[in-house]
Amino acid sequence: MSESLFSRKNTRLLSDPVGSSNPITVQVLGICSALAVTAQLKPSVVMALSVVAVLAFSNVIISLLRNTIPNRIRIIVQLVVIASLVILVDQVLKAFVYDVSKQLSVFVGLIITNCIIMGRLEAFALGNRPWPSFLDGIGNGAGYGLILIIVGFLRELFGSGSIYGYQIIPNSWYISNGGFYENNGMMILPPMALITIGIIIWVQRSRNKKLIED
Amino acid sequence: MDRNSNNYTFLYAAVMVILVAAILATVAMSLRPRQERNTEIEKKQNILASVNIQTTPANAEEIYAERIQNQYVVNAQGERVEGVDAFEIELRNERVKPIEERLLPVFEFQGEDGLKYIFEMRGAGLWGPIWGFISLNEDMSTIYGANFDHQGETPGLGAEISTDWFQEDFKGKEIFNESGELVSITVTKVGQEAPEDHSVDGISGGTITSKGLQDMLEEGFSAYREFITQKKS
Repeated sequence: MSESLFSRKNTRLLSDPVGSSNPITVQVLGICSALAVTAQLKPSVVMALSVVAVLAFSNVIISLLRNTIPNRIRIIVQLVVIASLVILVDQVLKAFVYDVSKQLSVFVGLIITNCIIMGRLEAFALGNRPWPSFLDGIGNGAGYGLILIIVGFLRELFGSGSIYGYQIIPNSWYISNGGFYENNGMMILPPMALITIGIIIWVQRSRNKKLIED
Repeated sequence: MDRNSNNYTFLYAAVMVILVAAILATVAMSLRPRQERNTEIEKKQNILASVNIQTTPANAEEIYAERIQNQYVVNAQGERVEGVDAFEIELRNERVKPIEERLLPVFEFQGEDGLKYIFEMRGAGLWGPIWGFISLNEDMSTIYGANFDHQGETPGLGAEISTDWFQEDFKGKEIFNESGELVSITVTKVGQEAPEDHSVDGISGGTITSKGLQDMLEEGFSAYREFITQKKS
């Protein structure tokens, strides 16, 4: 372990998942929650932070346990670790940021089924030391969160005319007030979230030729 | 020890489960008082919102203690029931009983222009329960204000019941018609005919939630019927 904590290899664990191996846009994992919670920016941010926390810590825990876990029940062990972390997050949200936990309601529980988390545990944490696993968790969580926040931003802006709950589009613009503008109700519904993610994927692939498959 | 042996696997699973259970139980128990306080404050905020007073979690308790002068429980016959705290009544548990046996909370609020009576109601939306508080003027027919909330209605559609524009519409509506019948409030769809005094606009795209809300009001008012008519006369 002569390697420094933030060696090139380690920082790549952080930066790659945000860009060229992004869990949502490149690996197309974790789509379900990305569609569900992004109608507004605030729940997107909270969901992103919760996933980063759960992913980083479950990666570390699994990595610490990696030499003791019986191979035949390793998936179950992973699930138990994820599920307990999610319940912890849920309980903490309920106690300290009650209004946010109300908004997220069932989605927090759904972190358990977020395929990114199991995917990282299985693919990375089981075979790596705790520190790189921690970075990998933060990186993948951030990559997931970044997309969530972009989509949440666009959907709230065009769907509700506000950002983070603050009205951005002036009230006088609206047709109901004699203006010319109307919020796009479609943006609030999941189909437009999928289309938005599709557009992000398109933009990313057209800029990064390495991602284009033959 | 062989990591693939049955004994090791069993032992590992057993230890893991016990450990996790202990951790979760400790956390849940230590956070519970805080969580219960949060729900209590939220309920107070909702009650106050039904008489058009907006509060923050920080000042809700104080305003509640100051403005809600009286709270008590009545039964479906309109009689007071002693020994039960109105705030502690869980309508979820009351709704499984037949209407005659239900305990119903009533909150009294001293407004600038007279006493308001706040009633609690609960029903079913599209995805889960919906609930709310409705306040009536002293004439026991005109709605003074309403506040609704839901567990998991679709944002932008059914979830609109908890927004201002929907709740504003209830103000000034009458639950009794000219001939003195309790007609509750109809939540109309576009194009549906209903007397203006007794109806509010429904939510486009949220038909089932709108219908659920209408049913909730009907059931709620009919449970309180005796109390309301006694006070009315």
